[in-house]
Amino acid sequence: MSEIQVKNLCKTFTGKDTVVKALKDIELTIESGDIYGIIGMSGAGKSTLVRCLNYLETPTSGEVWVGEQELGALKEKELRELRSRIGMIFQHFNLLMQKNVLDNVCFPLLIQGVKKKEARARAKKLLKTVGLSDKEKSYPAQLSGGQKQRVAIARALASEPEVLLCDEATSALDPKTTASILKLLQEINRDMGITIVLITHQMSVVRQICNHVAIMEKGRIVESGSVEQIFNHPETDVARHLILGEHQEEKENGEYLHSIGVESEEVTGDVF
Amino acid sequence: MFSSEVNQMLLQGIGETLYMTLVSTFFGYVLGLPMGIALAVTDREGVKPNAVIYKILDVIANIVRSIPFLILLILLIPFTRLLVGKSYGSTATIVPLVVAAAPFIGRMVESSIKEVDFGVIEAAKSMGAGTFSIIWKVLLVEARTSLLVGVTIALGTILGYSAMAGVIGGGGLGDIAIRYGYYRWQTDIMLVTVILLVVLVQLLQTIGMKVSVRLDKRKS
Repeated sequence: MSEIQVKNLCKTFTGKDTVVKALKDIELTIESGDIYGIIGMSGAGKSTLVRCLNYLETPTSGEVWVGEQELGALKEKELRELRSRIGMIFQHFNLLMQKNVLDNVCFPLLIQGVKKKEARARAKKLLKTVGLSDKEKSYPAQLSGGQKQRVAIARALASEPEVLLCDEATSALDPKTTASILKLLQEINRDMGITIVLITHQMSVVRQICNHVAIMEKGRIVESGSVEQIFNHPETDVARHLILGEHQEEKENGEYLHSIGVESEEVTGDVF
Repeated sequence: MFSSEVNQMLLQGIGETLYMTLVSTFFGYVLGLPMGIALAVTDREGVKPNAVIYKILDVIANIVRSIPFLILLILLIPFTRLLVGKSYGSTATIVPLVVAAAPFIGRMVESSIKEVDFGVIEAAKSMGAGTFSIIWKVLLVEARTSLLVGVTIALGTILGYSAMAGVIGGGGLGDIAIRYGYYRWQTDIMLVTVILLVVLVQLLQTIGMKVSVRLDKRKS
């Protein structure tokens, strides 16, 4: 069964004297249990697309189906209920800075009216899942980027969603932390059967955990299919550029670092 | 330095000034906090944009804020008399103080709330939070430090305004400064009341900042 279906979706932003067509005729089907990557350069419309999947952004036209429900047909209250079945994590984590880790994870449960005691018990269990049991009482400002994203993941999982949307979730993290977060997402997908939709501009992320991928350019999906198929036979220039460009970049960076006497393994910071 | 009567009077002045300041700030927030929240939420970029509500509150805030306090004080005399039975004394001064403070507090609350990171609001929306939950559990919580700084500023400003009410017999230190210092040429008493006012503002400011820093969890 398909979990998410997008039909003929368009999104146009109208400013005072500018009209930006962010999404044009998007068709997308994401199967239940999949890890689906949506990749493109910045400005390609991928963040807008992922926000249409839970109606944080209301499409100008077209349909978004999650399970049996068409989001455009839902009333505000029904939409809020549906959103609790779709977890979301962000590039900049978006945690409550004035609340500790445990309260951050409890937050979506309290919104839904779960009793405080029960919420805390569930949050503690989730913090164990993401490996942060010892940080319950810490505040986000005291955590590293990777730890913050783990808290965000625990928070997104708290309401036991069927889908997890990841908007550039690893883009603010160094390569090593990225790898550990991706591994965690993979485990969540495998163990809890949660469908994951992953927005990224890094081909390496897609290669590491996605089963399927859609490539976006200028508001359109120009190519989509299994990761294997796209990697082996890219049909469009964008796809080739994203796949080869990254190799090229890695190689150039490696050479550069080698030339200044740094071994690439030592580099964990954001070198780009 | 002064006779015990004058000391007694100054002490009472301090008491009245604090009474006016604290009570007016409290009621100022009773009106100004909801007003500020409504302004921030109904703004075009807000959680629940509503041009009509925003415009109405915006105009009210601007009108009240553009009337000089001294004029407002006099304009409101009939209203004050209606509310508390007389138009002079510290309790009566609270009425115009609240009217003047509420829109000013509303503006400060509005700007504090607008400082909250949009990403956090978006995250709350993605979890299915409604407008009320977002206000209560996100905006007010995340803006806490900034709101407390606002309270500190409000206390200082209202204390200053309360002294101005001395012109029409408003009670408190300002009243003493005007009656003795200005009308009776007793510069020493005026100086002491001014020093006392400065000390009070300093005190409120220091306490307010200490509290808001302590409650801020953004620093590691």
